Amino acid sequence: MSAVIEARTLIKRAGRATLLDGVDLNITAGEMVAIIGPNGAGKSTLLRLLSGDLRPSGGKVRLKQRDIRTLTPRELAGHRAMLSQHVNVTFPFTVEEIVLMGAGDRSPREAGGLVDAALDDVGLTHFRTRQLPTLSGGEQQRAHFARVLVQLACGEVAHGPGLLLLDEPTSSLDLRHQIDLVEAARRRAAGGTAVIAILHDLNLAIRFAERLIVLNGGRLAADGPRADVVTRETIRDIFEIDAVVHTGDDGVPYVLPQSMRAPSPR
Amino acid sequence: MSVAIGTEARSRQRSSTGRRSASAAISVLLAALAAATIIAVTVGAAGIPLARLPAALGLFSDGVADAVTARDQLVLWSIRIPRIVATAMVGGLLAAAGAIMQGLFRNPLADPALVGVSSGGALAAAAAIVFTDSRFGEALRVLQAELLPLAAFAGSLLTTAILYGISSRAGRTSIAIFLLAGVAVTAITNAGIGLLVFIADDRQLRDITFWLLGSMSGATWAKAAVLAPVLALGLVACAFIARGLDLLVLGEADAFHGGVDVERLKRISIVMVSAMTGVAVSISGVIGFVGIVVPHLLRLVIGPAHRLLLPASMLLGAILMVGADTLARTIVAPAEMPIGILTAAVGAPVFLGILLRQRGLASL
Repeated sequence: MSAVIEARTLIKRAGRATLLDGVDLNITAGEMVAIIGPNGAGKSTLLRLLSGDLRPSGGKVRLKQRDIRTLTPRELAGHRAMLSQHVNVTFPFTVEEIVLMGAGDRSPREAGGLVDAALDDVGLTHFRTRQLPTLSGGEQQRAHFARVLVQLACGEVAHGPGLLLLDEPTSSLDLRHQIDLVEAARRRAAGGTAVIAILHDLNLAIRFAERLIVLNGGRLAADGPRADVVTRETIRDIFEIDAVVHTGDDGVPYVLPQSMRAPSPR
Repeated sequence: MSVAIGTEARSRQRSSTGRRSASAAISVLLAALAAATIIAVTVGAAGIPLARLPAALGLFSDGVADAVTARDQLVLWSIRIPRIVATAMVGGLLAAAGAIMQGLFRNPLADPALVGVSSGGALAAAAAIVFTDSRFGEALRVLQAELLPLAAFAGSLLTTAILYGISSRAGRTSIAIFLLAGVAVTAITNAGIGLLVFIADDRQLRDITFWLLGSMSGATWAKAAVLAPVLALGLVACAFIARGLDLLVLGEADAFHGGVDVERLKRISIVMVSAMTGVAVSISGVIGFVGIVVPHLLRLVIGPAHRLLLPASMLLGAILMVGADTLARTIVAPAEMPIGILTAAVGAPVFLGILLRQRGLASL
């Protein structure tokens, strides 16, 4: 199957620092991928390069076979949707208005069905007329997720399966809503959407995605099926902790952190 | 592009109800503007009672006008009406510039007058007066009237660009740094104005003081004619940037993810804020707080969506300025109070009120 998004020897420098150093990726329709790695590994940078928001210092990103630099912001928005880590809204927009922003130029009625479905997906239907700044951090995050789902749906109606990028989408969510969000993303993938998410919770990442991408120090440390990537050795090398890796009844591994690794002599 | 053809009929239904509440808001504001204008026309140093108004306006002129009507007509058409028209346009420009600036900086406290954009324009305009009066600018003296709005626009553009450059880093604008940068920019422009006051002669000094206090007393048809095209351009631009400003509330990166050409939106917004503020300042001087109070009040009633907020701001700005100017020229009649003092007296408490509400949020 052809790639929805592919990156070739992606490099990003900021001043003297190299944030990303030669990353190659190829993600196809219907795939669910989780990006994991320690703080400062280049995860958010990679996602922003894939979204077209940042320009690479070297290498290329192709979205559905087209060089991402040749697409206008409007065209990009029709093919990929992205949920950022922190969105701070100062003006008193209602939840409904925020979610409708995902619909582009469509009238409220045209996008009405999609807005209803997205609000239902994130469990905010009863809050639709509330002003966003009055909601809790987790509720705001869910409202923004609904907005991104509407954008994705509008794009997919016009152009077929797209790309959904999620930057730590569960950072403010309680356990139940973490699972809800993952399930909602899973349903999109079942419909052909390529989903890439940065996740800090290893076990959620393993549950979320069959394929894991591990970044460390701006380089691709591992990329493959979760059972191959999640081993005691990788976790020790990447996160510098000792962890026990068990395999559940369904064959999916889970991780139990044990203790800090002894500081390496430098 | 549409989601489903079958929903088109219903889509018309919903959007027409949205349009109805929007047109209701615009109708109410238009009616209020008409009322404010009628009051402003009848009140003043030379009062023209409502009964004499139709004749004075020349509506039922049957040949020769009597002495009273002739005097009324002179007062109305050469003094009062041009002043009201210019005042309304200045109010509309200042309020809309405030609303655009607040959207651009994602900050309800942004106001061209408060952060030095107006004084940047005033400084450039004052400099243009002193320069064209000097030996070096002699050749340009005949163009002084045309140069003033241009200079004020350039001064406003420069200050807006500097402010944006300072307070926006990596796609995020810091509210605290923005306000502090505004304080610094205002201090610099005030120093420049102070220097001009120092070197100005008596006549120039009068002109410059006028810029500092703000007044509509010098309004003429010619000045109204300078304002009109900028107002028309602003109205067109507002329709063009409204959706982008809505999405910009999410931050630059997320507005981009949502399909907005953020760089172009920022360029258009900065140029529009500068043009609207600069031209208004070149006619009226520095008038503060209209740009804060008007959009703030409107957001409470009609919500923050810019498609309605921007044109409504123009109308309410016009209403408030016409009202304030009517007060300014009657409150201490036969003398006149500078309108800037009135708008500050009303606006500053509102500004403090918004600040107190914001204090609860972590954003400051």
